[in-house]
Amino acid sequence: MSLSKKSTVIVENLRKKQMRESISAGKRLDERGLDEIRPIEIEIDVIKKASGSAWVKLGNTEVVAGVKVETGEPFEGLENSGALIITAEVLPIASPHVEPGPPDEETIELARVVDRGVRESEMLDLSKLVLVPGKIVYTIFVDCSIINVDGNLFDATSYAVVSALASCKLPVFEIKDDKVVETGRTQQPPVTTIPVSITTVKIGDYLLSDPNTEEEACMDARLTITTNSKGSIVAMQKGLKGNFSVDEVKSIADKARIKGEEIRNKLKGLINVG
Amino acid sequence: MVQSRSLIDEKGRRSDGRIIDELREVKINVGIIRNADGSALIEFGKNKIIAAVYGPREVHPKHMALSDRCVVRCRYHMSPFSTDTRKSPAPSRRETEISKVIREALEPALILEDYPRAAIDIFIEVLQADGGSRCAGISAASVALADAGINMRDMVSACAAGKVDDKIVIDINDTEDKEGGADMPVAYMPNLKKITLLQLDGELNPNEFNTCLDEAIRGCLKVYEIQRSSLIEKYFGNEKGLKEE
Repeated sequence: MSLSKKSTVIVENLRKKQMRESISAGKRLDERGLDEIRPIEIEIDVIKKASGSAWVKLGNTEVVAGVKVETGEPFEGLENSGALIITAEVLPIASPHVEPGPPDEETIELARVVDRGVRESEMLDLSKLVLVPGKIVYTIFVDCSIINVDGNLFDATSYAVVSALASCKLPVFEIKDDKVVETGRTQQPPVTTIPVSITTVKIGDYLLSDPNTEEEACMDARLTITTNSKGSIVAMQKGLKGNFSVDEVKSIADKARIKGEEIRNKLKGLINVG
Repeated sequence: MVQSRSLIDEKGRRSDGRIIDELREVKINVGIIRNADGSALIEFGKNKIIAAVYGPREVHPKHMALSDRCVVRCRYHMSPFSTDTRKSPAPSRRETEISKVIREALEPALILEDYPRAAIDIFIEVLQADGGSRCAGISAASVALADAGINMRDMVSACAAGKVDDKIVIDINDTEDKEGGADMPVAYMPNLKKITLLQLDGELNPNEFNTCLDEAIRGCLKVYEIQRSSLIEKYFGNEKGLKEE
């Protein structure tokens, strides 16, 4: 059951008014332009025990993603592809509003939206990750720990997953005498494209890219669009009880392509992949 | 625990090149979680652990509040990618027990009567585990509590000692924990000279036990120096600068 809920972050009416006035003048309270994305910092290989990892800072939002590789049975209906599983946890260290416990609906939506962007873009050619067709495949886990929350977890988590996956070294498994053995060698992941997620929110009649916590507390609607290296749209998710006009959606999509390409080049530079 | 291979070579070097009374490299970075009231990242060998403190703050649900003192809640948790084989994100029995002993190791240092009807939440997240994560977690949490400005009687410093190849060594690493003869984590309040956590698995004879306890405390004192200088560095710049004034 999903309940409509109150925002846990409270923004005073005076501050809201200030925010609206500022936005209508084309400037946000943190001095950014309406479509300006906060600085992105990425450090890869921070977790040596993982096959790949990334610590991403999007403004003050911080996410650590780690890749773990095992072998297992394929998913039903996907007998000839490797299994990719993306999870996210907003840790209680990350904000005063997080309660420890099983993931709530927002966290599950977060993990699923990030997963959808990576999966639907076919970032990894999963058909190359099969050991015994229909029986044994590579199982790739990308687990994300959100360690500081300041809005736009969708994009920050997506950048962490993409960076960790693109820079990972997959262990090579082989079948010997019907058993899976780890060879000790590693291989490059079969990366085909770099998906980039861009989240835009609507506050009043204005559209803002990359919202921070305070802006998220005031937003009416949210739209996350993921594009691939060709500039095609591969996944979308609209959120919250507000709405968008058709023109607004089209302009958000255009912006997701343009901003997406900028971020894609930035990611490629930061993680050293082509 | 069965010893399968020699863990200390003829020159007295351990599997990671240390001598018997040498700590792994320890770094503490104070205040790395912006949203938290206090926080610390500890790198203890290959351990990479964040401790964050929220509070004193309101207790939810309210009936958990105590009228004469503060409630302390503690969660020790490992990220799925922190271990060699992936760990399920759901809390395990091991994590539940460790959360409890860590809380009980830290509580004696906190002046809880100063915050009646409130709660202090201590969250410890292991990003990478390398043996001795509960000790490193306690040391980081203690720094985070100080960073949050919680009234404390003393710092809590933690370090394990144990038996490897029939020798007593300090700061047991992952390999020594799995293959060595005994592992004894100790948490200690260095100024009050009181022990607040003590666990052991493995076998120690009475002599070995005495040496092991003394060595663990020596390890705690080394950790204390690093905790202290990390806080001094955050609040006063470097320690040297403070002395020159």
